Amino acid sequence: MSTITGHSELDAEPSGDSASTGRRGDRIFGGLATGSGIFVIVLVIAVAAFLVSQAVPALLDNKANFLFDRVWVVTDSGLEFGIPDLLYVTVISAVIAMVVAVPIAVLVALFLTQYAPPRLAAPFGYLVDLLAAVPSIVYGLWGLLVFGPKVKPIEEWMATYFGWTQLFDGPVSSGAIFVACLVLAIMILPIVTAISREVFAQTPSTHKEGALALGATRWEMIRTAVLPFGTPGVISAAMLGLGRALGETVAVMIIVSTNPGLFRFSVFSGGETFASKIANSASEFGTAQKAGAYIAAGLVLFILTFLVNAAARIIIERRKAFSE
Amino acid sequence: MSTLTQDTVSPAPPSPIDKPSTMRAVKDKLATVAVYTAFGIALVPLIWILYTVVSKGAGLLFDAQWWTNSQRGITARVEGGGAYHAIMGTLIQAAITAAIAVPIGVLTAVYLVEYGRGKLARAVSFTVDILTGIPSIVAALFIYTLWVTYLNLERVAFAVCLALVLLMIPVVVRSTEEMLKLVPNELREASYALGVPKWKTIFKIVLPTAFSGILTGVLLGLARVMGETAPLLILGPPSKAINMNPFEGFMAALPTMINSERDQSLQPAVDRIWAAALTLIVLIMLLNVAGRVIARFNKVSR
Repeated sequence: MSTITGHSELDAEPSGDSASTGRRGDRIFGGLATGSGIFVIVLVIAVAAFLVSQAVPALLDNKANFLFDRVWVVTDSGLEFGIPDLLYVTVISAVIAMVVAVPIAVLVALFLTQYAPPRLAAPFGYLVDLLAAVPSIVYGLWGLLVFGPKVKPIEEWMATYFGWTQLFDGPVSSGAIFVACLVLAIMILPIVTAISREVFAQTPSTHKEGALALGATRWEMIRTAVLPFGTPGVISAAMLGLGRALGETVAVMIIVSTNPGLFRFSVFSGGETFASKIANSASEFGTAQKAGAYIAAGLVLFILTFLVNAAARIIIERRKAFSE
Repeated sequence: MSTLTQDTVSPAPPSPIDKPSTMRAVKDKLATVAVYTAFGIALVPLIWILYTVVSKGAGLLFDAQWWTNSQRGITARVEGGGAYHAIMGTLIQAAITAAIAVPIGVLTAVYLVEYGRGKLARAVSFTVDILTGIPSIVAALFIYTLWVTYLNLERVAFAVCLALVLLMIPVVVRSTEEMLKLVPNELREASYALGVPKWKTIFKIVLPTAFSGILTGVLLGLARVMGETAPLLILGPPSKAINMNPFEGFMAALPTMINSERDQSLQPAVDRIWAAALTLIVLIMLLNVAGRVIARFNKVSR
């Protein structure tokens, strides 16, 4: 996670690589290592470049407004596509998933670092990590066939009492976005928990002992010492979770039923995210021009997740600079 | 006399340390309850999913046919056939992905820990972070434009592997990096003092010391990659027959085996879907557990 990696004592020496003898072996191996590093940079740049190169021609042919028109007609005879519906479903589902997952993840992290018996903390943490080992297609299957039907009464109850908000407007269709939100929340829980746990565990013990010595209860100690210390870490953990939720493809694709006609901005209707739209249409890519429309959507998703992840990293870095 | 001493030893006023006020004690208790409840809630989906998959999918796994036969010629209406083709496909694709991603990932980590400093190292570290966050569907689209649009090649399993490489590299880099940082500097210095060149020190001392940790990272990376479905949807059309050649024809994989039959409501197909899901989970969990067990025997544990 750190950018300043691998500071060894050797680095501090004025000559730099004093151990490097300039022999051929050193030059080859060092070159290979450096080359791999550069290759990774080139790879990420290439991802952006290739997506742009395919998206631009399609965007130029687009007869609709890419950002504002709510249509998606992609045929060989012409392209007419816009992303507002996709953007809305992608963002709203990821945000709701975060609202559900982050508080639980923070409490679980507190449980693992402050409450659980030390000997059991590691196995308990491993149990939560196992959630990340379940493949997303299994989440999708379970969400569609098992979890979704069970959630339906809750959705109907919410539609009855909170239906006046646009967000929870009924009627509840099966394969609603809301089910995907909850499944996404489960899927991002382990990553948010893992990072929060890491930062909570780093709380200086002097802060904690100081609070306890002043007579604080365990909760007051957490509130005054652990949480303030961990907040930046929790924020970046939440953003990494958000990035994950924005890009999740298969679970959303399976759970959420596609919506014929115009989308009505309720989480109880069906819909499509960028990722699920692309995956759903994989068989229709056909010509490069048609594929270009979906690649343009993928590019927007790439930019979105890039911004969110970069922001998370910057928060972590700033906190590190602060605490060292 | 006695009265005097009694006066001086009056009981101390109740200390806030011993007994917090009722309100504070209640808040403390509420927080404890909330924290324990949250942990309970977090375990519910895990147990629920595992229960569902095991109870619906375990039946077929005890059938030898499941491990030896393919789905060739078997329709949703008919019972029988196995997942051999999909299991082999998943394993082959994982192996190819590892063969490409591990050298690049380990070398990048070596660069970051042993060679890199300054702006380039920062840039590499940042891009690895960005790579960690790239959605699998975007990785798949990138390979699609490269492979299908530019190189004009067929969609084959190898293209899927290339997309998976993108997803596996950051996992390998990060875990290897952590392990290399844990190797004590004394080992390197001792080696240098004996006149061993740097590359040989890294190759013969540093990497072997960190080996079990690196292996753990590789296994966790493989576990992540094997469950990915999006690249398979974009780049690897499914197949019902056995095909071991990643460069030609369609190759099956467990995720696509699930995906292609998931709309079925006929019982034989439903059974196969859950059995395939269980097989996939078992494979991934085995890798996960193996990774963690190896990590336990690590020479350079913290």
